[in-house]
Amino acid sequence: MVTAADVVRAVPDPELRAVTIGDLGIVRAVDTDGSRVSVTITPTYSGCPAMDAIRADIASALREAGFSDISVNTVLSPAWSTDWITDAGRSKLAEAGIAPPGRTVSLTLTMRCPRCGSADTEELSRFGSTACKSLWRCRSCSEPFDAVKTL
Amino acid sequence: MTGPERSGGAGHQGLSSQAGGRSGGRMTTFEKALGLGDDALIAAQRLAEWCSRAPDMEEDIALANIALDQLGAARLLLTYAGELEGRGRGEDELAFLRDDREFRNVQLVELANGDFAVTMAKLLLLSVYQRLLYESLASSSDERLAGIAGKARKESAYHVDHASLWVVRLGDGTEESRRRMRTALDAVWPYSHELFEWYPELRAPWLSVIDEVLTEAGLARPADGWAPTGGRSGVHTEALSRLLADMQVLHRAHPGVTW
Repeated sequence: MVTAADVVRAVPDPELRAVTIGDLGIVRAVDTDGSRVSVTITPTYSGCPAMDAIRADIASALREAGFSDISVNTVLSPAWSTDWITDAGRSKLAEAGIAPPGRTVSLTLTMRCPRCGSADTEELSRFGSTACKSLWRCRSCSEPFDAVKTL
Repeated sequence: MTGPERSGGAGHQGLSSQAGGRSGGRMTTFEKALGLGDDALIAAQRLAEWCSRAPDMEEDIALANIALDQLGAARLLLTYAGELEGRGRGEDELAFLRDDREFRNVQLVELANGDFAVTMAKLLLLSVYQRLLYESLASSSDERLAGIAGKARKESAYHVDHASLWVVRLGDGTEESRRRMRTALDAVWPYSHELFEWYPELRAPWLSVIDEVLTEAGLARPADGWAPTGGRSGVHTEALSRLLADMQVLHRAHPGVTW
């Protein structure tokens, strides 16, 4: 049987469509009590403009699954880290041509090209198409690509 | 972290009675949240003015992203300030329906953008301060402030990085870029003193980071002298009035309007 938590974790991220919010690690808690569901999520960035869309997507997915009394709350602490992206999420990002973030415990010197796998890449801009991404180029295959910033 | 503080909320006095007469370092959590929220909000508005006007597309995106981070922190801080105040004002009322005398931001963030060097000088001085401040507030006994700061400090590190790269690139660049960077630093340096009115203990670590960047850029640290002040008690430059006119016009013309 599909639980409310399954439904919530399967909601796709509006900006990184290849991964779900479960993959991203932003779902903190899903508490159910009969038809009442209380969801707690955490933002990737303080000013992430996708948060409103995520809240709306969670509510509509739960309504479709038969839950009627839904609340979605946001908590900041502990702060989200890209280390919370699951291994499945990291694979899905790479498959979609977006380099997964480095690990925050180690110094990340380069991003591996998600297309050809070369480590000979250069950062074009620390800031990319959304708050969570930076812009890179592969020197081997010449392709530009997005990378999830390590946070 | 800077002496005794009482938490806001019940019995809190209104904004109008708070200006002036306070010894350094004693502010309520409400004043702190409001002041730091205003710093972030006004910085966000100034950075957003670069949208579609930056030197290249990557820079356009970078400045918009930094503005968005600042706006995110501002929303969290102002929402909290509104709750502490207990007069039913939310983030929108605080951002869009206050006049210049009610804003508590430091004057540094309201100054006009000037050329790109001025914007980078302002961003460097501000972001190094914000990173140190948020790092210190992340262990605050106030859980809400600690949560907001714990989130924002990681974003600030990117802002410091970006501003440092540009200050070095311009300072250590052509004769013209070096002249502009030096002129910009000299122009905004006096306004950096106000950052430490509430947090004097942050100036030493701030200076050591700034010195490191300036050394790499081959620029001398400007001399300390004139130290304009007043932002924390609602006294601002004319630049803030112009900024507010632009930022608030839609909300004032159409109260409560949404997209």
